[in-house]
Amino acid sequence: MKLELKGITKRFGSLVANDHIDLVVEPGQVHCLLGENGAGKSTLMNVLYGLYDPTEGEILVDGKPVVFKDPGEAMAAGIGMVHQHFMLIPVFSVAENVALGNETTKAAGLLNLEATREKIRRISDQYGFDVDPDAMVEDLPVGVQQRVEIIKALVRDAEVLILDEPTAVLTPQETDELLDIIRQLKRDGKSIVFISHKLREVKAISDTITVIRRGKVVGQADPTASPTELASAMVGRTVSLTLDKAPAKTGEVTFKVRNLTVTDHNGQHVVDDLSFDIAKGEVLAIAGVQGNGQTELTEAILGVQPHVAGSITLDGEELLGKSVKHVLGAGVGFVPEDRTLDGLVGTFTIAENMILDLYDKAPFARGVGMKPGLIAENAAKKVEEFDVRTPSVSAAVGTLSGGNQQKVVLARELSRPLRLFIASQPTRGLDVGSIEFVHKRVIAERDHGTPVMIVSTELDEVLQLADRIAVLYRGRLVGIVPATTSRDVLGLMMAGVPAAEAEANASAHASGVTAAPTVSEPAGHEGETHV
Amino acid sequence: MSEKTTPDPLATGNNSAPEPAPTQVPGGTTSEAVASDVALDTAGGQMPPSAVPAATQLRGRDHRDGDGSVLHQIFTGNAMVSFLSVLLAIVLGGILMAVTNPKVAVTAGYFFAQPGDLLTEVIRPYTALVQGSIFNWAGADLAAQLYPITETLTVATPLICAGLGVALAFRAGLFNIGAQGQIIFGALFGAYVGFAWHLPIGLHLLVVILAGLVGGAVWGGVVGLLKARTGAHEVIVTIMLNYIANFLLLFLLTTPAFQRKGSTNPISPFLDSTALFPELLGPQFRLHAGFLVAIAATAFVWWLLNRSTVGFEFRAVGANPNAARTAGINVARSTILVMAIAGALAGLAGVAQVSGTEKYLSGGVAASIGFDAITVALLGRSTPWGTFFAGLLFGAFRAGGVAMQAQTQTPIDIVLVIQSLIVLFIAAPPLVRAIFGLNPRKKKTTTSGTAGSHTGGVKSGAAA
Repeated sequence: MKLELKGITKRFGSLVANDHIDLVVEPGQVHCLLGENGAGKSTLMNVLYGLYDPTEGEILVDGKPVVFKDPGEAMAAGIGMVHQHFMLIPVFSVAENVALGNETTKAAGLLNLEATREKIRRISDQYGFDVDPDAMVEDLPVGVQQRVEIIKALVRDAEVLILDEPTAVLTPQETDELLDIIRQLKRDGKSIVFISHKLREVKAISDTITVIRRGKVVGQADPTASPTELASAMVGRTVSLTLDKAPAKTGEVTFKVRNLTVTDHNGQHVVDDLSFDIAKGEVLAIAGVQGNGQTELTEAILGVQPHVAGSITLDGEELLGKSVKHVLGAGVGFVPEDRTLDGLVGTFTIAENMILDLYDKAPFARGVGMKPGLIAENAAKKVEEFDVRTPSVSAAVGTLSGGNQQKVVLARELSRPLRLFIASQPTRGLDVGSIEFVHKRVIAERDHGTPVMIVSTELDEVLQLADRIAVLYRGRLVGIVPATTSRDVLGLMMAGVPAAEAEANASAHASGVTAAPTVSEPAGHEGETHV
Repeated sequence: MSEKTTPDPLATGNNSAPEPAPTQVPGGTTSEAVASDVALDTAGGQMPPSAVPAATQLRGRDHRDGDGSVLHQIFTGNAMVSFLSVLLAIVLGGILMAVTNPKVAVTAGYFFAQPGDLLTEVIRPYTALVQGSIFNWAGADLAAQLYPITETLTVATPLICAGLGVALAFRAGLFNIGAQGQIIFGALFGAYVGFAWHLPIGLHLLVVILAGLVGGAVWGGVVGLLKARTGAHEVIVTIMLNYIANFLLLFLLTTPAFQRKGSTNPISPFLDSTALFPELLGPQFRLHAGFLVAIAATAFVWWLLNRSTVGFEFRAVGANPNAARTAGINVARSTILVMAIAGALAGLAGVAQVSGTEKYLSGGVAASIGFDAITVALLGRSTPWGTFFAGLLFGAFRAGGVAMQAQTQTPIDIVLVIQSLIVLFIAAPPLVRAIFGLNPRKKKTTTSGTAGSHTGGVKSGAAA
């Protein structure tokens, strides 16, 4: 099935989200839409999927113009969509989820799930999905849930499959598996529209790349183009993908974690006997697949985890058991992993968010009275310094883009003298330009002599920022390795394989050594704590 | 109404609804703008958490928060919705009066001959309402003409105080249904000090007010304490505490400590004259200095919310408790404190009743003020001055309703119906916007899942 979009324009009031976009998706092709957050990729796909009516332009299927009033019509025409946020009902089984909206019934309107199960098994076998139709969706890993979404589309005979940022929630391994699935679908003649801003995947999978910037198609790119070229096309200016950073000048060790154990409400040890150190002027990156204790680790340091044992010292002072206010006051800068949930108050102004943890300190307050003038002044200064794009410091922070929101959080946390800087997923959901900025600020703080702890599930980020890498698996420390460690070894370690074994395995396999940042540091290769 | 007339960075949470002007926000923010548009439309839907500006995520309450200039507020969706809700309720109330009034049926019979008669019959009750609440142009002298407005202010006084209590708790994310019980406790404490203690003039009233504040604060603080320490839901706790307060009051009024000597009725002795609010305009009016206290309370709450660190904590906890906690704010302490202050404000309403209008304590001292206060706070969009003017409006309804019934035989219950309709409309902003054709555009609610997907990165929901 050949799909064409001609001159699609979508306006929201005075806002042009899509501006005369032309796009041709050939059968059996992986067509990638590359663009920054907010470039209008999702809007375009929502138009195609019948969720929005285009203001202008038309959609052609096999040369014939069509109009989709709702997703049902789009699906009937053979278009399937896998949303970034899965549209699954967690307490339903796979078969029930797949049948939903497309139920086959027996006599008296009884649900014929067996037919659906059969279809799922067939598709699952065909593509090697390995999905059990009777498993509860909530019990499935994210990667498998995504396959259920793909099955949902395939059961409805989708010929064109739209994948909206499909890898945002996947581990590196799951991402590879997904790319394999896409290749198989392509071989079967399906067309794939792959939306992403991750250059590595885009290059790996695409036949055609269309770059969208500010609602407009700015051109086609060749998958063989270098990542820097692609990034530049996407952002509209030259960007540097490699971070220029000098080797770490490490000072004394000021931050020590000893035998840290965090117990959750089920009595499970979500952080299990963790010990590590961070010296002044170095970045320790905590790598690991999401949900292996990273969140609990950072929260334990901040003091919001209830059941914590062990010891956390900063400059010799025990932080464990202290209030959040005390920990922050001791000079800990904290960037939480979910900025909208934990980092910002969306309805508050930028100025208010800039002082969210300094609101009761001089000069912003005297006694219980606050100083609006000074607060606005401070915000204006920080907005300037951190290049937050906003019409005004009294705009609600919730109206900013993700990148600008993150800049607000960083501006706040880096605006006071720090003795430890912790940032969780500092660039999650950010575009290339913002990532570059955030990384520079992190390294600047390191070069300032602050111990820095970065938690990231993105291997690229870990490799770029880290001076040393600690890998977590199920709350345990798999090992601390130098930043020159190869991607393959780290991938294995993230699956729980000890460093030495991972090293042996990886070198036995291939010589897939990735160019890592130039920093190297003598460090123990054993999976043991390195001081 | 606005809390201030100049935009201020410290102001309460911005309206979350502004359409980010594309020209003002440089750099690919299109999808964000789209997201906030959709958020408006699907606030009740299942927007993924960070797809919506956090504003709209939180129980749909926060987007009533106001900010900026008066004009800005009036033209932002929700201030408009409050106004339109009142308008709509009045129109519907008019229709209701028309169909229930036998005279209207008669005039409708010759509607085409004399259409004016029908309209007159519908408008007459409202005229009486205005006459009974603002200005009585038929009055014999100036005093009689001004009497209605003083009645409005008198009736509004406890509504404003209790409304502030509800609004303040709202802003900290707590749904305080317990104003009724807090008023009773304020009245109980205040009245006891008023009739049982005999203190010098000036001091006595001050102590009565203090006692009322403490009474309300205790009854509200208990809620905060239970919520913070045990996680008990404040709605259930406050409802139950209302019953307890009510029956405790009825019981106490039968005990020798509270019951008036020589009376078989469950009422307390009169308060000492030193314990009463001075009359503001002389003895022929009921208006008392409690109204000035209500104004002061409004100003205080404004200052508290917008200019104090305590209020900053309240608002942060109300808008995003997780972020507040991460920023080092003690959420439990805030919860207890805000409920205590909210209770104290409601307690002030109790004092206004016993020291101002009633002058003794009875079982009906709180009437339905505690429940009307919820409506008042809602209509006032939980801002202090908004609550103040909403309280005045409800005071006018109450005062005018009596005159309406007397003059036109329209049952006073119609006022209750109008009040209820206002709440109903405020609770359903899309309905009001639809009726007045104010919905920004035709929308498809199913877009909720995807429209904002680029704004927030990975969602915890998907990664569970």
